[in-house]
Amino acid sequence: MRLISRIGEWFDQRLQLASPIREAAEHPVPRNTASWWYVFGSAALIVFCLQLVTGILLALTYVPSAGEAWSSLQALNHDITLGWFIRALHGWGSNFMVALVLIHMMQVFLFGAYKFPRELTWIVGIFLLLMTLGMAFSGQVLRFDQDAYWGLGIGASIASRVPIAGPAVVKLMLGGPIIAGATLSRFFAMHVFVIPAILIGCVGLHVLMVLKLGINEWPMPGRIVKRATYLKEYHELTKKDGAPFVPYAVWKDMFFAAFILLAVAACALWFGPFGPTGRPDPTIIQTVPKPDYFFLWLYALLSLLPPSLETPFLLIGPVVVILGLLLLPFLSGEGEKSWKRRPIAVLTVMLIAVTLGTFTHLATYAPWSPKMNAWSGAPVPVQFLHSTTALERQGALVFQVKQCRNCHSLGESGGQRGPTLDAVAVQLTQDQLIRQVIQGGGNMPAYGKNLSPAETTALIAFLETLHPAGQAPARDASRHFALEQ
Amino acid sequence: MPNDNALTRRGLLMKLGVFFNGCVAAAFALPIMDYLLSSITRGRNNGYLDWVSLGPVTQFPEGETRLATFRNPLVMPTDGKTADTPCWVRRVEGDKFQVFAINCAHLGCPVRWFPQSGLFMCPCHGGAYYRDGSRASGPPERGLFEYPYKVENGLITIQAGEMPTPGPSAALLRKEPPCA
Repeated sequence: MRLISRIGEWFDQRLQLASPIREAAEHPVPRNTASWWYVFGSAALIVFCLQLVTGILLALTYVPSAGEAWSSLQALNHDITLGWFIRALHGWGSNFMVALVLIHMMQVFLFGAYKFPRELTWIVGIFLLLMTLGMAFSGQVLRFDQDAYWGLGIGASIASRVPIAGPAVVKLMLGGPIIAGATLSRFFAMHVFVIPAILIGCVGLHVLMVLKLGINEWPMPGRIVKRATYLKEYHELTKKDGAPFVPYAVWKDMFFAAFILLAVAACALWFGPFGPTGRPDPTIIQTVPKPDYFFLWLYALLSLLPPSLETPFLLIGPVVVILGLLLLPFLSGEGEKSWKRRPIAVLTVMLIAVTLGTFTHLATYAPWSPKMNAWSGAPVPVQFLHSTTALERQGALVFQVKQCRNCHSLGESGGQRGPTLDAVAVQLTQDQLIRQVIQGGGNMPAYGKNLSPAETTALIAFLETLHPAGQAPARDASRHFALEQ
Repeated sequence: MPNDNALTRRGLLMKLGVFFNGCVAAAFALPIMDYLLSSITRGRNNGYLDWVSLGPVTQFPEGETRLATFRNPLVMPTDGKTADTPCWVRRVEGDKFQVFAINCAHLGCPVRWFPQSGLFMCPCHGGAYYRDGSRASGPPERGLFEYPYKVENGLITIQAGEMPTPGPSAALLRKEPPCA
């Protein structure tokens, strides 16, 4: 024992780190901040460390070359002992980190922790969020498969819309005129060197400021933050009702961090690594690219926005959001911290959560995408063919062959791009059906050039049979008279 | 009596040191910027574009649309399969063609041709185009991108080399076929 303490003293005489470390560990924190609400930041930090370790382990095998990256991932998944597990840990770690950073941010916002004097901590936190998302996207690119390849295409298409500089931005992003080897190399450099370096630096600043300024006290309704008096009040609070961070509060951080690490490992074991999906060969076009879950909401939004709003939204939206987040501590640097007295803050968080959740859910089944194989894969349900005439059955065949079902469902199978046609005869008269098929409109392509008159007649005859049993098809009341004239 | 504003020998030397390091930094910055921006500067004046052959016209039946692939004119050693680019070739009649980029004019996903319904459909956000490439429905704001082409000695060649994107760069790929 004495030997160990002597060795310790020998090092400390030279490093002189023991007392600042002890000071940091034992700095007093307000008693009520030793709460399960205050564990998300440290958990995000632990997952970040996990990402660093697993990332380095993956780099032992991964080859950042467009020709070989995919095969090296296959080798990790199948050939190298527990390579799949390290990949799974890194992939699930990334999901957990994005989620934890967002939860941490939400907690900080609701607890008013961004107010004076912690404005800069919040601003550095915004950069940490952006860097985390940057890691998530560039990591998805390094998993160089079909989704990564076409995801880059989407990224380039968005970047190209920047006024004037668009084409230059695209070439800078891709490292050349097309998505190729240079593209992967530069995303590798970003993911492995540039962004982690910025992240480590920002995390250091972020934690340093938490230590210097003290953890945000538990917000009490009515306890107002004022620039003139806050520091004194906080100092008195920690003096009167404080406790050393270690061990008083730290055990909750440790328990939660360990729990999160176990959860990452459990997900990795149970669900395994993400992909890679198909080979990144652009000539294989039978693919339905989709982003990873944290960008699904954007994928949904891009289909649902009116086309004319898309470019302004893509270019101005992020600027407004980031500026808003950066300016927040300056716009409301004082005042109430408690969520109980900040209804707009609570509503904002709920609105954003519901919006992102809804878009993400929509994107998981993508009702706007045509089902590319519905016309050949989904049979016409039998009930729609009962006691039909030869012409109507011919129409059903046209309906199938002309790929109407890629966009329209029948009996709950088929695309959801257009309306379901189970009862279309009740909604449109015969004339309206003909017009809609031939001229299109309301987001439906016109099929006039692609259907012979006989095919159109048969198709309309079939569509006219699509109405619930007991309900007559829609008809134009004046037609009878018009025909008589 | 020491004067704060007076320039001392050491003060001057330090200022010179800062200036000297600034010069060195600038001397390093220029080649570094040149290297970093080379993917842009190289692309000036259509530096990436070149004529590539899609093969004999006979492999494209009149009135039909077929998938063709070509190797990008600029290839780097590590590109692997990514330099193989697909495109849709529509032979209208005789030597009249339309060559469409595979990339949807919305966000670049690969569009697929459905001959039965005569539509190009995009799997990502539901963009659809007619057989002549014009927009039929969905989020795209324009028709499919077209490569300039020419037919010589029974071969069809297109001017390609850049991934078409919906921004201003798309102007490089003219919308109208160049040789009518």
